[in-house]
Amino acid sequence: MSVVRLCHLYPDEMSIYADRGNIAVLARRLEWRGLRLDVTASELGDALDDGHDIYYLGGGQDRDQAIVAHDLAGAKADALRSAAADGAVVLGVCGGFQLIGHGYTGTDGARMPGVALIDADTVAETGPRLIGDVILDADLDGEQRTVVGFENHAGRTRLGPDVRPLGRVVHGHGNDGRSGHEGAVRDHVIGTYLHGPLLPKNPWLADVVLRWALEHAGASQVLDPLPDDLEVAAHAAAAARAGVRR
Amino acid sequence: MNGYREGMRAALASPLARSAGYLSRRLGRGGGTSLPGKVLLRAHPTAVAHLGRRLTGGAVCVSATNGKTTTCRLLAACLATDGVAVVSNPAGANLLTGVATALLDGTGGRRRERRGLFEVDEAALPEVVRQLRPGVLVLMNLFRDQLDRYGELEAIAGRWRAMVDALPAETHLVLNGDDPAIAALGTGRDATYFGVDAPALGAGATSHASDSTRCRRCGHPLTYRYVTLGHMGDWMCEACGDARPPLDVAVTAAEMDGTRGQRIHWRTPDGDAEATTTLPGLHNAYNATAALAAALRMGVPLARAATAIAGAEAAFGRAERVVLAGRDLVLLLAKNPAGANTTVQTMLLDTGPLHVLVALNDRTADGQDVSWIWDVDYEPLVERIETLTVTGDRAYDMALRFAYAGVDRTRIVVDPDPGGALDRAVAGVPDGGTLYVLPTYTAMLRLREILVERGAATEFWRDR
Repeated sequence: MSVVRLCHLYPDEMSIYADRGNIAVLARRLEWRGLRLDVTASELGDALDDGHDIYYLGGGQDRDQAIVAHDLAGAKADALRSAAADGAVVLGVCGGFQLIGHGYTGTDGARMPGVALIDADTVAETGPRLIGDVILDADLDGEQRTVVGFENHAGRTRLGPDVRPLGRVVHGHGNDGRSGHEGAVRDHVIGTYLHGPLLPKNPWLADVVLRWALEHAGASQVLDPLPDDLEVAAHAAAAARAGVRR
Repeated sequence: MNGYREGMRAALASPLARSAGYLSRRLGRGGGTSLPGKVLLRAHPTAVAHLGRRLTGGAVCVSATNGKTTTCRLLAACLATDGVAVVSNPAGANLLTGVATALLDGTGGRRRERRGLFEVDEAALPEVVRQLRPGVLVLMNLFRDQLDRYGELEAIAGRWRAMVDALPAETHLVLNGDDPAIAALGTGRDATYFGVDAPALGAGATSHASDSTRCRRCGHPLTYRYVTLGHMGDWMCEACGDARPPLDVAVTAAEMDGTRGQRIHWRTPDGDAEATTTLPGLHNAYNATAALAAALRMGVPLARAATAIAGAEAAFGRAERVVLAGRDLVLLLAKNPAGANTTVQTMLLDTGPLHVLVALNDRTADGQDVSWIWDVDYEPLVERIETLTVTGDRAYDMALRFAYAGVDRTRIVVDPDPGGALDRAVAGVPDGGTLYVLPTYTAMLRLREILVERGAATEFWRDR
């Protein structure tokens, strides 16, 4: 049985937006196809092994994110960069998105370092938090699809020339409320503000992540289609809610 | 002079505001439990401070993420034993407008002794407390809840800290010592601590939905001798030595009878006491203990308070039982991870197969972000579920949650219409069986409306 190895970075500090839902989705979608997800946690102070197929970094409270930022940019940065260069998937959601870029400057001017896997930088603005339903036209792995989610962030993220957005904002604020961009993608590194969580209602995106991960694991399995009836209905319901609240 | 003018404005605005509530009820627009206050506050932003002065017996405010409504109901029962009139807001109307409406309704007429008892929303609490200056402030817990509306837990905790720092010395705090963020609020003040002093009621580890497991003083991860709910329990910091304060009013044991209730044993400064209640689960043991601690502080004798707690019934939608078409329905409001986890644990205490209806809405009062359902540990229910129906604005999100928890997706009945879903769920329950209904806040209001239409429940604004 093929096994995909996932490393959940800082589950104690960086899981406030139901991040474990994303991991549950990856696990079940492998299991339903006769495959398996092995999940390892890497906490503050732990050494990081660069042999995983997927690295997941979610969102946390400001205080926790600041602690995590220094740990990640210190002892773990080299392993994470080496894994990403080797084609492992890195998925950063919300705070995780901010920390896989160059860094985050808070409203107090304090700087949280990032690991610069993607050319993106985040600055907090004193204006209102960007909160609400989001619909994207995403372009990933040669396919164009709609992605739905919910955003809730104070940081405004600007993309540099070496990275492209995950999608174009159809509804919602996106990275900075101005550019029309949401998220960032470079090779197999994905950053996004979307939770909800991200993967249950976007099963196509979950399968892109799994395909890349299997490729990295050297497995030749093709992912059989799943029924996805509830997933498609939930996706449609979320998109409809976003439309109503427009 | 200014005070006089302000008073006149309140007096002039009050009758207008009162008639708004009457009209709201007459027009069938719900209970009018907040509208009169809204009208009044527009004309007179500090009306709560003015009307609050008519509470000659003082006021108590209760706030928490979970348990406000039930605790207020229990405390009201305790306070009713000494015959002093109590002015209180009905469940759900717990913003400044709801408090203002309750004061309008309750402080008119001849001047006799009155006490105020208010449940207050966590975000609204600092302003309510600033105006009302309650003599007793009961703070019970802070859990992750509606991040889109309240912001992160640390933000609310910070606002509460500032609120407590600005309190006059005569305000007495009744605090949950088992919640590290709440216990920290009592530092350097006169406070009564309540909690659970019964390792047998604890579990091993903090749950996934825990939020507050770092030392408030030094940031080191906390150690727990035992955990009761979420991040609550007998905590200590091995780095700086901070620890749960000694509990003044403590649960020493509780015998649980599933969703049917429990027998609670207490240790208090006035001696030991016990009560058998229809309110189930450890979360309700906390609620009852908070009410008992506040009642004792307000001078209610121990035996009378315990008897009053035993006699009180569930607040609407909170372990409320109704009968529909010969089936027992138990309504278990489940609106955030910590609350839903407790509900799940309480359901598991009942024996036999479970028939379950889950209703998920995403309106303002529910939180528009439904991510939180993935932080709830529904997994232990999977083996016990006999039938599962999901409904509400986001029925399919809930269906997905259970499918990924391990329920066979072909067995999940999805009907976004609550009336239709209720019929289908009830039809699946055998004669004499129980349907467990787990709604979010607005979904609960809608389901109760349907139950009222069918004669199975009473309207909530009559439920004081």
